Amino acid sequence: MAMLENRRKKNLVALSMVAPFVIVFAVFFLYPTLKMFELSFTNAPLIGDGEWVGLDNYRRLLGDRIFKTSLWNNAYFVLLTVVPTTVIALGIALMINRLSGRLQALVMVLFFLPYVLPVSVVTQIWAWMLDFQFGVLQPVIAVFVGKPVAVFKNPDWVMPMIAAVTIWWTNGFNVLLFIAGLRNIPSELYEAAALDGATKRQQFRRVTWPLLWPVTALVLTLQLILQLKIFDQVYLLSGGGPFNSSFVLLMQVYREAFQLNHGGYSSAVATVLFVLIAVVSVLQFQLLRIGGRR
Amino acid sequence: MKTRRIENGIVTAFTLLAAACWVFPLYWAFVTSIRTDENVVAKPGLLPDQFNLSSYADAIFNTKLMIWYLNSVGTAVIVTAVVIVISMMCAYALSQIRFPGRRLLYLVVLASFMIPAQALVVTQFILMNDIGAINSWAGIILPQLIVPVVIIVYKQFFDAVPKEMREAAVLDGGGEYTILFKVYLPLNWGITTALAIVTFIGVWNAFFWPFLVVTSEDMMTIPVGITQVNDAFGVAYARIMSVAMLAALPVVLAYLIFQRRVTEAVMISSGVKG
Repeated sequence: MAMLENRRKKNLVALSMVAPFVIVFAVFFLYPTLKMFELSFTNAPLIGDGEWVGLDNYRRLLGDRIFKTSLWNNAYFVLLTVVPTTVIALGIALMINRLSGRLQALVMVLFFLPYVLPVSVVTQIWAWMLDFQFGVLQPVIAVFVGKPVAVFKNPDWVMPMIAAVTIWWTNGFNVLLFIAGLRNIPSELYEAAALDGATKRQQFRRVTWPLLWPVTALVLTLQLILQLKIFDQVYLLSGGGPFNSSFVLLMQVYREAFQLNHGGYSSAVATVLFVLIAVVSVLQFQLLRIGGRR
Repeated sequence: MKTRRIENGIVTAFTLLAAACWVFPLYWAFVTSIRTDENVVAKPGLLPDQFNLSSYADAIFNTKLMIWYLNSVGTAVIVTAVVIVISMMCAYALSQIRFPGRRLLYLVVLASFMIPAQALVVTQFILMNDIGAINSWAGIILPQLIVPVVIIVYKQFFDAVPKEMREAAVLDGGGEYTILFKVYLPLNWGITTALAIVTFIGVWNAFFWPFLVVTSEDMMTIPVGITQVNDAFGVAYARIMSVAMLAALPVVLAYLIFQRRVTEAVMISSGVKG
């Protein structure tokens, strides 16, 4: 009897400890998720009720040109950022890894600093750097194409430039992951390789690269998920233009819901994005398990 | 051996040059911010040639920057404190107490990693509207309280605390809350500060959600508010850069002061360092 009592008390204590998280999670995360699925089958406005329309919203998506443009732009943006930022971060991490002591710490701080900035600070700095009339980088652009370019108003330049700004902003995070990965490689392996007469290049190919692969896979998938969710930089730098050339999925969610008052249709777009990211995340989780983590 | 040293020197020089280029935008923003607007459009050189703080004064006195600071500090501190406490308690129960539903809850925490909060904004907004939290701190705060990674990291650290510590505390007659706050928390101050700082920086920088839930200028947080300055000032880059510098200052300081902790937290929470 006393033991039963004890167990009940223990369960109650445990319950009281997990309850705050569980309640917040259920109300502000789980409920909105389920509601989003439900709403995507209705023609509801943003605020207020709608009617059940079945798969109409999804059928409409198939013929929606802006939706196709958004999907394509999301893919294009992933292409422009994910692999480039991974390669750049690996390069920087290798360079930092050669340094030591205070110099290493300093260089690491310099590369990481942009990552802690608010997105709007980043976009304002770059809007200034690339200002058509007074931008300090316009002479550099002029060297390559012969004249200054209003980069965020030009359909060809806008996505690559937003990608470049994004890489500048977030790259420090990936650099840190690579540095952690490099530090995890036991130095005996390099010593053994050097004893066997391996050159620096061989050491990289036979020791560093294979042992760093799990971190590389992690960086690639984290970036993939992050870049699919892009909104802030695009909204602040180009507003999705010119001519929708930088319009992305989350921006369509925003516009349909908050500007056009289409809660139902917007939820359908959000559901697509949700599923897309969930699938990628599950893949990432599997990848990490294969990599022997968790 | 000598060529090796020259090679090393060249690579180090290149690294430093790359680092200098990487921070150049920040340098340039700062240099611009201490010039006058007339000077800025006269296209002066790359070196600082003026030390004029008038645009900072302008930013502080002629915009709502101070109100936005207050909103940012208030919401970021509350979110950070709540996230740390509820995650710590949840992680402690998951790690140390056997109770029904424990495995399921842990699976839910892992699964919530995969939920992109950005996709939920529409229904979260509707919910906030239903409870009357649009344009309020509550509206900014509530949906930001779920940070699953904090639970995962805490659980890892609590799992690693030697069982004897807990047994000794139980023998002393301590309840679970006492054990958590008197034994487990003090043992894990390091990771607690690290997690708190990265959570704070993350919340301070949050843009999308605060941007949606707040429409009144008086309730805006720093990252959202400063975009209004842009509209109000038109092309006045010295002032815009001053505002940007002031907006970035708290997070930059937090990072520089707790640099090691931030590095540690980033590495641990992404699983590359245990």
